[in-house]
Amino acid sequence: MPCSASTLPAVAADARNPPRNTEMIDFDQVSLRYPGGSGGVHEASFALARGEFAVLSGHSGAGKSSLLKLIAAIQRPTAGRVSVGGQDVGRLPRQAIPYLRRNIGLVLQEIRLLLDRNVFDNVMLPLQITGHPPADASKRVHAALERVGLAGRGQEMPLSLSGGEQQRAAIARAVVNRPSILLADEPTAHLDAAYAADIAALFRSFHAAGVTVIVATHDSSLFDDAAPRRLVMDHGHLREAS
Amino acid sequence: MSGWLRHHLAALAHAAGRLLRHPVGSLLTALVIGIALALPAGGLLLLDNAGRVVGDVGERPEISLFMAMPPDATATAEIERRLAESAEVASFEYVPRERALTQLAEAGLADVIDDLPDNPLPDAFVVTPAALDPGAFGEIATRFGEWPGVAHVQLDSAWVERIHALIELGRKTFWLLAALLASALVVVTFNTIRLQLMTQRAEIAVSRLLGATDHFIRRPFLWTGLLQGLAGGLVAWLLLSAMVTALRDPVARLASSYGAVFTLQPPAATEVAALLAIAAALGLAGAALSVDRHLRATD
Repeated sequence: MPCSASTLPAVAADARNPPRNTEMIDFDQVSLRYPGGSGGVHEASFALARGEFAVLSGHSGAGKSSLLKLIAAIQRPTAGRVSVGGQDVGRLPRQAIPYLRRNIGLVLQEIRLLLDRNVFDNVMLPLQITGHPPADASKRVHAALERVGLAGRGQEMPLSLSGGEQQRAAIARAVVNRPSILLADEPTAHLDAAYAADIAALFRSFHAAGVTVIVATHDSSLFDDAAPRRLVMDHGHLREAS
Repeated sequence: MSGWLRHHLAALAHAAGRLLRHPVGSLLTALVIGIALALPAGGLLLLDNAGRVVGDVGERPEISLFMAMPPDATATAEIERRLAESAEVASFEYVPRERALTQLAEAGLADVIDDLPDNPLPDAFVVTPAALDPGAFGEIATRFGEWPGVAHVQLDSAWVERIHALIELGRKTFWLLAALLASALVVVTFNTIRLQLMTQRAEIAVSRLLGATDHFIRRPFLWTGLLQGLAGGLVAWLLLSAMVTALRDPVARLASSYGAVFTLQPPAATEVAALLAIAAALGLAGAALSVDRHLRATD
């Protein structure tokens, strides 16, 4: 069911642990080189303020996913400094990484819903991880599902949903914990135009609610309404588009 | 309710649900663990029962003192006096050589005795030592043997000591067997949890991306290992109980044929609790090793 930004309740307004400065994400001469010498990111520098919206574009293999992985500490930089919410991700102890990720909503290219549990339980997972009381968690899941237009579909299994609905369920899971940062890697890659516009509207709504959003996409025009920062990756090199 | 307790209750429910969703596999694993535990536990139970029987007998050891030939009434009186005064003697009985000959005749050797020109048997004393420790009997017997006029000392509890030694050997053998089978149980649980980790690889990877700590990921698998071990312990207890029930009557009949009254005892409540605790701990250990290895490999 399509949804519009105007009907969406704010779920990300109480994003926790805001940074002392206004920069939510700060890259300083960051490089990521994979074993074997293949490069992911080369000396990238940029800063994203709290509540800013950025669209990251570039050809396949340009390093978009690598850049997002650096923010979520899925990869550690081989050079330079990545700061997220004022924390130096490269120096973060291994045990602290889960707590960083709880403040980041991730929407991955491969949807990664768990197929052996229903939509409600998929969206509930981040709240189980953080140990939310079940009653409160249940309310949050219902709110998140309503927000992405899947109200009343919680008991369905992921495979019974369309591709667009699965992506919306993944977005609900990403935002149910009310993260202050939302990262999305090609969230509209496998969707037709109508569903893609619908998903793009969702991201714009989260941005409107104060969430810092970075979307890696081939089709940056979907997000034009949000007047985003435009970052372009080209063979591992990051530049700001005019 | 604290978050810690809520996490554990959720992990316990998750683990129990997973075991119940796969009843055949869970039952087979519990049977493997139960049989492996029942083998050494059953052996130790039987040895404990045997030890109890020998212990009862061992509380009434006897030392026989045979006087030198030809009979010397003065020496015999001296030994009787020494025994009466000795603190190491609980009681004693004087067996004159004439009575010994009569008892031998009554035992069916009358024809042999009739052919003897003279009574070849010496005067004797049957002594019950005050000490209860079988290890002390040898020393007492040696001292008695050094008394003047005593020709030979026979320690009647030697066979009890031998049985004690055999039981001790058996007990150590079963403990070694228990240690080996405990290792096997850890391996069984390790492998069961490894297979579960493989089937839940996607869930673990997604959970990590969503901010799950290693503790969060470990918890349900640790509970699964513990519950599997506990189920195995219950199976072992049932097998032991069945073994005791099956052997109770034959053992009682065997004891009765020796003129004794003996009932095979089932494991005590503390022993059952120890069995369950050990089984649960072994399951937990196997699961912890397995999940730690997986987390290190996928980090």
